[in-house]
Amino acid sequence: MNDITKKLLGMVSDLFGTPDGAYNIREDGECAGRQSSENVAILSKTDKPGIDIRVRPGTKGETVYIPACVTHSKVDDLVYNDFFIGENADVTIVAGCGVHTDGEEDAQHNGIHRFFIGKNARVVYLEKHIGIGEGTGRRIINPQTYAELDEGACMEMDTTQIKGVDSTNRLTRALCKKDARLIVREKLMTHGTQAAETSFEVDLNGENSGADLISRSVARDHSRQVFRSRINGNVSCTGHSECDAIIMDSASVSAIPELTANHVDAALIHEAAIGKIAGEQLIKLMTLGLTEQEAEARIIEGFLK
Amino acid sequence: MLELQDISVSVENNREILDHINLVVPDSRFIVITGPNGGGKSTLARVISGVQTPSSGRILLDGEDITGLGIDERARRGISFAFQQPVRFKGITVRDLLVLAAKGASDQPLQEKDLRSYLRDVGLCPKDYIDREVNGSLSGGEIKRIEIAVVLARRARLTIFDEPEAGIDLWSFTNLIDVFRRLRSEISGSVVIISHQERILDIADEIVVLSAGRLTAHGPKADILPRLLGGDHCQFCHGQPVSHKKAVDSSERVACPRESV
Repeated sequence: MNDITKKLLGMVSDLFGTPDGAYNIREDGECAGRQSSENVAILSKTDKPGIDIRVRPGTKGETVYIPACVTHSKVDDLVYNDFFIGENADVTIVAGCGVHTDGEEDAQHNGIHRFFIGKNARVVYLEKHIGIGEGTGRRIINPQTYAELDEGACMEMDTTQIKGVDSTNRLTRALCKKDARLIVREKLMTHGTQAAETSFEVDLNGENSGADLISRSVARDHSRQVFRSRINGNVSCTGHSECDAIIMDSASVSAIPELTANHVDAALIHEAAIGKIAGEQLIKLMTLGLTEQEAEARIIEGFLK
Repeated sequence: MLELQDISVSVENNREILDHINLVVPDSRFIVITGPNGGGKSTLARVISGVQTPSSGRILLDGEDITGLGIDERARRGISFAFQQPVRFKGITVRDLLVLAAKGASDQPLQEKDLRSYLRDVGLCPKDYIDREVNGSLSGGEIKRIEIAVVLARRARLTIFDEPEAGIDLWSFTNLIDVFRRLRSEISGSVVIISHQERILDIADEIVVLSAGRLTAHGPKADILPRLLGGDHCQFCHGQPVSHKKAVDSSERVACPRESV
């Protein structure tokens, strides 16, 4: 594992050294370290790049680390990771990706993660993306997440991209069976000429299933953001999506919701708010002694907390 | 000591919102500014705190001309301002605001017990509020009390409250009066409150009356308050009849006719 990987791991996974439990560290398309645990088996796929992560039914309280790093330009990494979460398990998956460029050519990571979550299991999925390095090549991260939630299952996905990623296309699709619940919290900040596109597609197919998709973003400089959310309520269910964006400088933000109710008891809501930082918020913090720049930074920090 | 010298604020058509105001706020004084709506009270508070720039005149703080200083520079010199309509933030908690406020007051980090005591002072249970976001989920009364707690945490040399009673229910108002009474007895800096409330006027050292942008009276409470409350005419507001009406929350309220409904 090289020093850039170690640095990126700390940034995307708060991981310093190797963890005690199950983990797989991917570095420039290769495995840089792996460990299974008694309840979590990690095996290489045989037909394509990637791994299968199998969590035994009833596993409680384990954290599995699956970070990926691209440490230099001219890398185009594609990986397929499948997670099979046994019934009644309750685990945390820490993924995340860091991309570093040192030259003129792009560095890219495309991670395709599929989750098959058993009955009454609960997964907390933490995903942080970051780009660093002095190279002029673009840092590109395109994560895709597919989740199938069986009866009573719950997935909480916390996805963050704060800086350094020049281009990202983020797709999350999910299918919820009876009593299953999906909660997604996205935090995104773009600057320079970066572009970020987020798409959520959720099918609520089981009675009393639910989805709550919340995106908070800040677009600065000349960056562009597009937020799409599509929720299909096919039974008695609840769906909520929210896009809340602060726009600054010459940035551009689009919020495109699409709600489809195919059942009379499908309760679906979308909220979207795009606007600049309110002047009165800056003034309030300045009356506490912060400069205008400090006040702006504090407001953004809180907004994306 | 704060000194306003010949302060005017004009808007279009040369209409004067503040018309050549001269006022001295000595150290450790509790001053209430009252008068009819539209008389310039909130504008005066905004001018002192730096939110609004005067068209002419000078503002001196302990002899230093602060007229050209920004809001943050005045805050760092010890001026604190509680808004009439508090601001809401997504993602910033009550704790965050109290800690930020206290930073300006002391180099020492705010102790947890002090932080909680500021909330208790304004009638809020710390456990329920300390980690709540200061967002749209708070009622008008709750956010008003948080605003006051944040300003108290600054322990500033000069604290300005713009209509602290606005939007506060009767129960909270009684607590608020207690807060101001304590502030009054433990005062280490000066307090300027813009208010219509008789119970707030009653704890003032001095009362200032602003009407139509002009300072029409200024003196000790004992001199001013009886003339505000007594008789059929307000002696400071162009001789118009005085209305002693009960506010919605049934707290006493002194009102000039312009604000009577």
